[in-house]
Formats: sequence, structure tokens, C-alpha cells
Amino acid sequence: MGTTITLTVNGKSVTREVQPQTLLVEFIREDLRLTGTHVGCDTSQCGACTVHVNGRAVKSCAMLASQANGAELTTIEGLAAADGTLHPMQAAFRSCHGLQCGFCTPGMVMSAVDLVQHHGCHSEAQVREALEGNICRCTGYHNIVKAVQQGAAAMKA
Amino acid sequence: MNARQGFIGQSVERREDARFLTGRGQYTDDISLQGQTYGYFLRSPYAHARITSLDTAEAAKAPGVLGIFTGEHFKAVGGLPCGWLINSLDGSPMKEPKHPVLADGKVRYVGDRVALVVAETLEQAKDAAALIEVEYEELTPVIDTAKAASAVATVHDEAPANVCYHWGIGDKDGTDAAFKNAAHVTTLSFRNNRLIPNAMEPRAANAVYDPNADSYTLYVSNQNPHVERLLMCAFVLGIPEHKMRVVAPDVGGGFGSKIYLYGEETALVFASKSIKRPIKWTCERGEAFLSDAHGRDHVTTAKLALDKDGNFLALRADTTANLGAYLSTFSTCIPTILHATLLAGQYKTPKIWCEVTAVFTNTAPVDAYRGAGRPEATYLLERIVETAAHEMKIDPAEIRRRNFITEFPYASPVGLTYDTGDYFATMNRAVEIAEVGGFAARRAASEAKGFKRGLGYAAYIEACGIAPSSVAGALGARAGLFEAGEVRVHPTGKVTIFTGSHSHGQGHETTFAQVVADRLGLPIDDISIEHGDTAKVLFGMGTYGSRSLAVGGTAIVKAVDKIIAKGKKIAAHLLEAADTDIVFEGGRFLVAGTDKAVPFGSVALTAYVPHNFPHDKLEPGLNENAFYDPSNFTYPAGTYICEVEVDPATGKTTIERFTAVDDFGNVVNPMIVEGQVHGGLAQGIGQALLEHGVYDVESGQLLTGSYMDYAMPRADDLPSFHVETAKGTPCTHNPLGVKGCGEAGAIGSPPAVINAICDALGVKDVPMPASPYAVWKAARESALNR
Repeated sequence: MGTTITLTVNGKSVTREVQPQTLLVEFIREDLRLTGTHVGCDTSQCGACTVHVNGRAVKSCAMLASQANGAELTTIEGLAAADGTLHPMQAAFRSCHGLQCGFCTPGMVMSAVDLVQHHGCHSEAQVREALEGNICRCTGYHNIVKAVQQGAAAMKA
Repeated sequence: MNARQGFIGQSVERREDARFLTGRGQYTDDISLQGQTYGYFLRSPYAHARITSLDTAEAAKAPGVLGIFTGEHFKAVGGLPCGWLINSLDGSPMKEPKHPVLADGKVRYVGDRVALVVAETLEQAKDAAALIEVEYEELTPVIDTAKAASAVATVHDEAPANVCYHWGIGDKDGTDAAFKNAAHVTTLSFRNNRLIPNAMEPRAANAVYDPNADSYTLYVSNQNPHVERLLMCAFVLGIPEHKMRVVAPDVGGGFGSKIYLYGEETALVFASKSIKRPIKWTCERGEAFLSDAHGRDHVTTAKLALDKDGNFLALRADTTANLGAYLSTFSTCIPTILHATLLAGQYKTPKIWCEVTAVFTNTAPVDAYRGAGRPEATYLLERIVETAAHEMKIDPAEIRRRNFITEFPYASPVGLTYDTGDYFATMNRAVEIAEVGGFAARRAASEAKGFKRGLGYAAYIEACGIAPSSVAGALGARAGLFEAGEVRVHPTGKVTIFTGSHSHGQGHETTFAQVVADRLGLPIDDISIEHGDTAKVLFGMGTYGSRSLAVGGTAIVKAVDKIIAKGKKIAAHLLEAADTDIVFEGGRFLVAGTDKAVPFGSVALTAYVPHNFPHDKLEPGLNENAFYDPSNFTYPAGTYICEVEVDPATGKTTIERFTAVDDFGNVVNPMIVEGQVHGGLAQGIGQALLEHGVYDVESGQLLTGSYMDYAMPRADDLPSFHVETAKGTPCTHNPLGVKGCGEAGAIGSPPAVINAICDALGVKDVPMPASPYAVWKAARESALNR
């Protein structure tokens, strides 16, 4: 038995029927075909599926699609400006080489934006602690931490 | 206008990043095809059992089910092949039991594939799999690496005592004699812990059969699509290669685990013909833990003989390597060809003897994982060297310097010939950056707080880009080890490069374009790089063993040079000069010593609009390819220094500083190279402190089967690193002078970390992973012994 949900996805209103057990990440990837949000685990550990729900970072594997009814959803596809200009955090990841294979990157960037918007303080230790819920296997985090600090500075500028 | 030159050596920002940062990457699971169906694998819950009955009748009737495949369907086809034959010391070939696509009568590890269910939706496939009735007769599993050869149970009937091979290399008698004359012998026994690769993108595949062309297309998360095609077509399914296209699109990390031909994608291809619709399978993380090829898992005893001054006289190593339940694609060469041949390290040890016993166990297959044999060799050597230094009260840096190889080329006693290196340079620079001179004061400060502080070294060498094919073949390789590249110049003078190397995070789209832009004197935007599709790229051996730039890049350079050679002839015709008078500089062909010139783009246009063209001497068009089979490995080397602080009350280890100085020869993109080192360091430090693939020795259940149990390094587990690429000794046998850089970090770091912890505690050994409990125990025993 499906339920109908209406939400805003990357600035556009979307209405869809979803099954009660459908996870938000499945809805994003399979129903909306927004495949930038990734699935890297099955225990809500890796953070590759991180999106913004009402402006806060959420692991979209840990929320049902039906719970997003009425929400504002932003995925990695909605982060850059309409003209394609990268968000300062995206730009910082690029200039700091904060990504390699790119698979964890969308979730990492969405978490980093949330960190800057809601947690204010960005020493190296704080960034490392805040990214504890996002696993990267390629970069050793060294350049991700640099990117988050640079992105944070650019977002405040 | 000439293009800006000098891309080589610049940290050019990556061209692939734009799509990854905006969610436009296309990984295998992102691809959904018309009429898509979904596959799900029923896996064995037992480590070792006989399948006494397998009934799929109920499952076949479940909603949405399109087909169910079991071992019966694959009886007539081949097993998954092993790509490297190792012969035992007695001359007998390794035991090579069939590695079935789906389990055939027996299951041999938890997660072994029992059946493939194909259905309209993934949920329906999973629900139907639950209806398959399998009766198992449990058998005693063989789990423990060290005990496998003495176990009563056997994994395969054709491998008595569970031994695959018993192999050796070096000079046994010479080594024994050297030990008799030693002033000091250091002995060390340890385990190199089993690791689970964990690329963040789980393995995935999507197979489709086209009845019109009687051909298949397989999208698969894989590091070497041509090798995948060759192995699957020629050795397993008997599909002609021209009827199979393999596409490895964006791939979310590999680290070795996506080199291999697995049963999952093989079963999907097989099933796609009868299902007549595309079948997609995406591994869940829990499945990945069970079924991806694991890494390491050696149990070793090593002995180092020294004279009274700390000069190394001989090294002896005995290793038991766990290969798991079946031989994965390159499993057999890892503990042998890629391990024992590295045991000279950076040292002129005159005599070496190494024996390796490879065993089957009821665990997931074990194969190459970042470093692949070389981390095991480096751990062995750098741990025993450091231990010997402490035992003989010689500074660990000094004992290494006394034994460094200084003359090149150097033929090691275990079969390799190092072309070049400068081990003093990397050691001295690392000591400087790590501020070793201030360590005593830092140690005193830690001790004042009640903590212990330690410093550990590792001076590693690596052999990258296995080569040449003729030698590898003589050593048992069943594949070539060349690489292919094609340069297609378009009529407008733009260039598409096709490379058999595969990028899954390494940044080839940027680095390779830098190389070509410099060579052709073109703007980097005029060059695009294509890889990962057997329908586009003529051939390729793929990416592993830190080979892409040294081998794949060289193939491209050779093809570019053919383009330039042909371009000179076209230019000579246009400029009415002799071929031999034409030089190519800054993107222009010119008559040497004159200002008569024609730009690259005009030559390209002439090649495709050949109105004024030397038809008597040349064919139209400007398209060249090259195959490059290197004459030797490349030998990157460096020194890593780790400084730790240990809380003896809790066993918590904090890495205070990590310094890595590497000699990679010439460096094309320093930013990317440093990024490769960072990632390798994280995996090596992960091995040393956190990661451990653990099976219950009684039941054979994987106890570390999720991110709740397997400790992946996270941002707050690691420090920022001090990484420097030394000015370096360029490789002497490839035109770019480059060496491999992808694995170094994972090779050099584990012994540096453990050496530092041992130094902090004043103990001889701490097992990997040096968990807080292991460190606390070692600290406590050390305190009790004082």
C-alpha cells in the first residue's frame, strides 16, 4: 500500500507515491534517479548517502521516504548554483584534491557543508571529529580536512 | 601561439572532479537499462559443508521470479582461472582445484555462492532466495592459517594437508653457512593480519545479452576490463571475445579487490542469455565483507644474521600464506613473486633464503590488496632490522645506513635488479623533516605526563609494474604484462587518447593528459582520455601494482612519438623539405634552423583532407597505437618515520607525527602523487592499528563482517601527514623516468608504526593490529618484566 508524498527536491516540488518501507536513499536513487547520492554500506556507518533534509545533514539510508513528506531535500546535484558555479565547499574539495575515486565525495561534501553551517568551529581536530561518520578509503582524509577548512573559510567570506 | 608548456611537474587540478563533485559520476549501480531485472545471490551460511539437497521449485514460483541458477548450470563450463602457476620446491605444480562459478556440491567459506535468483525487482529476488531449500551436511572447517597444514580436515580433496604449494627462493646453503658465522642473530615471529579491502563502492555488475548480434555487454566495477573479458570468455564461459564488451565505468576504488574475475559477474553474463533482459547485481556491504578477495594473512618466522658491526650477513624467512578457499585470479603470485623477491629491501644482504607454504582454508579467497606481497616483505624486513638495531644497541637509522645499497644497477640475491635509487637521500631528508634530533626532549615531555613516546623507521623498496612479460612468463605468469595505448588525432588537431590503464581514483584523465599536452605542445583541453571500455580501447592489462603511468603512460608516449614521426613526414611535404630536416617543437613542425613552420593542427587537417599529401609514401589519417612491455620493474623507495605517544594505562596509541619521504623518480602531478601517498598511509596505519579480518576458528563465521566490527580508519583516527617527494632518481628504463606511487604508503607505514610502538614500550613485538588491548597488554608485560 503506497502513500503519496510531496516534497521539495533541489528547489523543485515533487509528488510521488512511495511504499512505506522505501528508504529515502532508495527514493532518491531509484525513483528520482538522482544517482549522485551513494550507498556504501548497510549499517548507516559510511555516510556516502548523506543529504540535507530541511537544511540538516541526514544519512538518507536511515530515514524512510515517507518521513520526508513536506521536507526540503537537497542532494549533491542541488548544491552548485543554477549556472553551474560550484558551491565553495565543492570548489575547495577540487582545489585541495579532497577526492580520488569520488564515491564518498557527495556525502562528504554534504556533511562538510552542514558542519560549517551548524557547528561553527573548524580546527583540524574538530573537522576530523565531525567527519567521523563519513568513511573515505582513498584520501587518508588529509586533503579532505584541508578542503573542509578552506571551504569553511570561503563560505564565511 | 604556442600552448603553455610544462604541464609535467605541475599540480594541475583534476579534470574528473567536476562530475564527481556534482553527483554526475556514473558508477555501475547508477546505470539502469531498458527492461532492467535484478539478481541476488544466495550464499552459504556455513564455512564448510556438503550440499545434500538443493530445491528451487518453491522459489521459482514466487512473484516476479524470472530464473534461478545453481551449480548445476555451470557444471559444463570452466572454473574461475588462476593467472599465475607456482611450482613447489620439489618441482610439482601447485594444487589448482576448480573454482566454480556457483558452488558445486560443496560450500567452502561463509558467503560462498550457492544460487543466483533473477527477478523483476531486488525485493522479489531476495524474497525468492529465502524460499530456496538447501540442506547442508556440515563439515569441519579449516580456518587458522598456521594450523591449516596440520589440520585433519581438508578444504579440497586434491590438496592433501591443505597445501597449495611449498615454494622457495634464494640460496639456502649459503644462507645456512652465513648464519653459522654470525656474531648476532635476531629472530622474530609474527602474523601479517588479514585485511578486507573495502573500496567504498561495493562491487557491482549489469549484464545484457543482445540476441540480434548474439553478443553480451557487461558493466562491471573492475580495474581491468580487458583482462576480465579474456578470463571470462576464454577460460570460463567459452564466449568468443568479439562477442563480449566489458565496460568498467566510474569505479569507486579498487585497491586490488576489483582486479579479479569473480563468480558473480560471470553468473550474471551466463544468465543474461536465457533471461533475455539486463540483470543488475550490486553487492551489499555485508556481502562485500564475505566475498571480496581479502588481503595479507601471513604467519612468518624470520631470522637476520649480523656481524659484530651490524652488517647484515643473511636473512631467512619462513612464511605460511593463507590463500582462502579457492585460488583467486592472482592469489598465488602474491606471497611468492611479489613478496619473497622484495626481501633484500634497500640492503646489500648477501644471502637470502625464503620458503613459502601456501594453504587452503575455509575462508574467503585472499589475493592482492594495495601493496600485495610487498607490504608483507617490508613488514618482515623492517621489523627485524629495527629489532636487531635495538638488540645490538645501534641507532636504527645508522644500522640501515651501514647496509644500504649504494651502487646501481644492483642485482639482489632474490632475483630483482634495481635500476637506480638513493636511499641515503630519502633517509636523511626524512630524519630532518621528522625532527629526530628533538625526539629525546619530546619523549621526556611525554614521560612527564605519564605517557610513553616512541620513534619507528621503515626504509622500504617496492617493485612496481611487473615486467617484462617474458620473465614473468618464465616465473609462471599466465598473462602478458604490457600495456596498450592509442592516440587518435582528429582533423581539427584535437586528440583522444585511449588507454588500457583504468582509473578508479588515480586521476589518469588529468595526469595522462598532462603528459600528452607536453609532448604534443597542445593545450590540455585539446586532449581527452578514454579508458574502461573494451569496445573503445584496443587492448589493456589494466591498473594494479602501481603500473599505470610507468607502463600505460609509456605506451601512450610511444604512440605519441609515432604520431610525431608521421607528422614530420607530412610537414616535410608541406614545407618542401627533407623528412630528416623537420623538428617538432612547441606544437609546431619546423625546418630546423629556419622559421619555416606548420602547426600541429594543420598537419592533422592535411592528414584527413589529403589534397596536398605524400600519397606515394604515406597513408592518410593520423592515428597510432603502441604496446609497451617494460624491460624491468620500477623501484620506488623511501623512508617513513612514525612517532607515537602511548597511554600505558589504556593502551591508546596516538600518532603524533608521520613523515614519508619517497623517491618516485620524475613526478608528473605532485598533488595527485601526494594524495596517493596519503591514501596508502591511511591503509597502512589502518593495518597497523585498527583493521583485522577475523574468522571464528571453530565455526568459520566472519566476526568482522560490517563497519560495526571491522575498524575502518576514520578521520579522527589519523593525523595529517608530512609527505615529501624527494628530488628523486628517475627510472632509467622508461621515457618518463617515472616509478609507481600508488602502493608505497601502504607498504612502508605498518612497520614504521609498530616499530614506534615497540620503541615506546621497550618491547620486542606488538601484534598487528596494535589495538588498545594489545598495546595495554604489551605495556603491562613490559612493566612486569622490569
